[in-house]
Order: sequence, then C-alpha cells, then structure tokens
Amino acid sequence: MTAPIAAQTVADRPATQAEAIRVEDLHKSFGSLEVLKGISLTARKGDVVAIIGGSGSGKSTCLRCINFLETPSSGRIVIDGEAVEMRADGTPANRRQIERIRSRLGMVFQAFNLWTHRTLLENIVEVPVHVLGVPRREARDRAMTLLDRVGLAEKADTYPAFLSGGQQQRAAIARALAIEPSAMLFDEPTSALDPELVGEVLTVIRDLAAEGRTMILVTHEMKFAREVSDHVIYLSEGRIEEEGPPDKVFGAPTSERLKQFLKSVS
Amino acid sequence: MTALRALLRPHRIVMIALFAVLVVWCAVTLRWDWIPRYAPLALEGLWRTVWLLVITVVLGFLLAIPLGLAQAIGPWYLSIPARSFCTVIRGTPLLLQIWLIYYGLGSLFPEYPWIRESELWPYLRQAWPYAIFALTMSYAGYEGEVMRGAFASVPRGQLEAAEAFGMSRFTKFRRIWLPQAIQTALPTLGGETILQLKATPLVATIAIVEMYAVASRVRQDTFIVYEPLLLLALFYLAIAGVLALIFRKLEERVPVRR
Repeated sequence: MTAPIAAQTVADRPATQAEAIRVEDLHKSFGSLEVLKGISLTARKGDVVAIIGGSGSGKSTCLRCINFLETPSSGRIVIDGEAVEMRADGTPANRRQIERIRSRLGMVFQAFNLWTHRTLLENIVEVPVHVLGVPRREARDRAMTLLDRVGLAEKADTYPAFLSGGQQQRAAIARALAIEPSAMLFDEPTSALDPELVGEVLTVIRDLAAEGRTMILVTHEMKFAREVSDHVIYLSEGRIEEEGPPDKVFGAPTSERLKQFLKSVS
Repeated sequence: MTALRALLRPHRIVMIALFAVLVVWCAVTLRWDWIPRYAPLALEGLWRTVWLLVITVVLGFLLAIPLGLAQAIGPWYLSIPARSFCTVIRGTPLLLQIWLIYYGLGSLFPEYPWIRESELWPYLRQAWPYAIFALTMSYAGYEGEVMRGAFASVPRGQLEAAEAFGMSRFTKFRRIWLPQAIQTALPTLGGETILQLKATPLVATIAIVEMYAVASRVRQDTFIVYEPLLLLALFYLAIAGVLALIFRKLEERVPVRR
C-alpha cells in the first residue's frame, strides 16, 4: 500500500506542469479575529492537494478565499496564470473577472447546496446553459453522461430533497464537473454524511483524482487524504504548520501539533 | 375513479344529499325570475371583477418584488421607504385608501391644466384607473411584506452555490433567489389573492359596476334582497375555488418531501 504512494512525492511531480492555482501570503480577518495568517500554496495541473487541520484552523476559509466566497484581507491569488485583481483591502476589483474565474472552478460544498427547486438534471445543466452559454441539448446530453458516471442516471428527474445525502453529494460533484472545471474545490465533502454514505462519495472523488484532475480538498478523512493526495497541508491556527508529501506528513510528522492532531483523529 | 370512490363515503353522501336538498329548496321557493333580465349586466360585472383581480394581482406582485427585496437586503434609503409603504398600506382600511385616491387625486388632477389637456385626461375622469391603482397598491403592500420574508428565508447555501459557479448577481436573482422565494411564498400568496378577490366589492363605492354592484342594482330595482346576494356568494365561492386550484397546481410543480 505504501509503495505506490511513496512514488508520488513532491520531487516526482513534474515541475514543468503549469500552475492551476497559486495562493500567496493569504490573510483573512473576521473583525479583529485573524483566521488566516499568511497561507501560500500551489497546485499544478493534475495535483491533488489535501488541506487538513482541526476545526477553526481556517482550512475551509482558505478554500473559500480561492474563489472569493470569502473576501481575503490581503494576499495574491492566481488561477491558471491569471492574477485576480484585488483592491488594497482585498476585495475583488473586477466582478466580471471573478465571475469568469469562478465558472472555471468546480466547487463542492459540505452541505451539497443543490438547488432545491430544480431536478438533478436541471441542477447540472443550470450553470452550463445560463452562465457558460452551452446549447441546452448539448448540456443535457453531457449532464446525463455525468449523472450516469456518478450512478444517478435513473434519478435525473428527481428533486434533491428526495435523495440521500450521499446521492445529493454525488449529484453536486456532477454539477461541478458539468462546467468542465480547470480545478475542483472540495469543502469537507463527506462531513455532513452518515458514515455508511461516505464511501460512495469518496469512490467518486478517488476516480476523479485518478484521472488526473486538479483538486484542492479540505477533508477530515485522513486515510483518504493520504491515499489520493500528492501534497498535504496541515493548518493550525491560520498558519501552515507542516506540509509535504502524504507519506511524510502522515508517516513521519515533525511538528508536535501535527503529531497531536493525527493522534486525536486516528 | 379513486376520486369518485372517495366521494362515496357515508358521511360524504349525507353531506352531498343535504346540499342537494338545500339547492332544490332554494330553486323552488325563492324568486329567480329576475335573472334573465339582469344576466347580461351580471356577466359584465363578473368580467369586471375578474379582470380587476387579475390586473391588480399581477401589477401588485410585480411591485411587491422590489418592495420585498428592498426590505430584505436594500440600503437604508430603499428599505425605510419600502417598509413605511407596507406599514401604511397594511395599517389603514382599504376602503379609506380607495376613497382617498379617488376623491383626493380625482379632485386634485382637474386643478392642473396640463393634466386636463393631456391625452390621459379622458381616462383620468373615469373611476377605474383609481380603482386599479388603489387595489394594486394594497396588494403590493401586503405582498411586499410576504416577499421580504420569502427572500430572507432562502438558505444562504443556495445563493452561495450560485455565486461559486460564477453566476452574475442578476442571473443568481432570476434563476435561484426569486424562484425559491416565490415557491416559499406561494401558499401565502394564494390566500392573499383570495382576500384580494373579496376586497374587490369595495370599488363599487366609487361607482364601478362589478359583481357586487350588480347585486345591489337588482335589489334597488326589484326589492329582491336575498336571492341576488346568495347568487353573488356562489360566484365569489366559485372564483375562490378556481384560484385555490390554480395555486395548488403551482405549488405542486416542485414536490415537497413530507
């Protein structure tokens, strides 16, 4: 089990691959509370970056700053080589640019957030048709393929409220895939699920990782993070406490806090 | 078939029989010979009631959307006027509003020559523009408040998902926020629309001959009191039934898990 993972170290990652997401010195404060105290991270095309950490460590906030669901207080964010224009206070300067960049990043939420007034199929064609301008027929065909892929083809005309959490999350992943994202952002995708439903969602994410998709994954599933990621970042109190290839971070942690954390979650 | 079988329960059969007896008794013992003479006028009144309702509900709802939005998320210079408007409309009798608008505005306009000479003047001399205006404002005031709550009740995550996928503010509003708010408000809107129907007879007081005005005309002409009122009640009941049906169909478009 360890051998193939050991092969995927940072050194082995092809450094020539273009950068998909680059975050530099990201700070975020809520009022006087500083949640992020200077985070930098890079995901190259095809990378799976896992962000782990205790609750309140800022890992979700960090992810949500990447597509500006949270407004950073300062820092620099570069998506596919395009730097997001920010004012001095961190607010985005160019709404159009933010919208365009967001429509390239497939976000998957902890609480699924499927649109409850639309069927699964309608949920998946919504963004391609109404944001990206894909012809409806083409979007439908593609949505059906995606639903089939996540095992929900027969639920296409069902409303989200009639599905289990695992089914909703798989549909939400299909919705994120429908925009043909250049990178995917997962915000604790299994944390709201009953334990027996976690597996089906992880299977889908694992497949996506295997096909070389760029992903940033905030997760509590340590085993899963170790298995799928190329790079692991451990956040503690708004700082990167330790980072590196999964085998090193999980197998030979150096920081005392990380050791404590891994002990507490295992 | 199942609907028919549901009607054939013992207690329902008894109710249906009682109702049939009542109808037959009404038909046989009461006076209905005035109907043929007033039928054309009554149909005209029915038509006026219906279009008055439809126009004021549609226009009023279109106004209620910005009124609700301004109260839910607007800056103070929009939310305060919107809230004041809803409070004043909801806090005063509709009859008073109709009279203030009809007699107030109606006597104010002729003072200004440029209004008297305008193309609109022939219409402004009639009663129905004031009736439509008053009923529209009333519906907007009540529904503005309903929509405020409906907008505020759409879960944050639904809107966040729209933002995360790059929807512009307008697309988010049109595709996600407004449809979900309307869906939430539909049961209330259905009830309020029936209330609006029952508010329409008030415009008979400014000389608009809608359904109720026809009934009172019959009474004045023939001294027959109860029969026109009974028939009138039946008409309102029928329209209310149709409205309830329409709103139920609208609500069923998105099934709810019970």
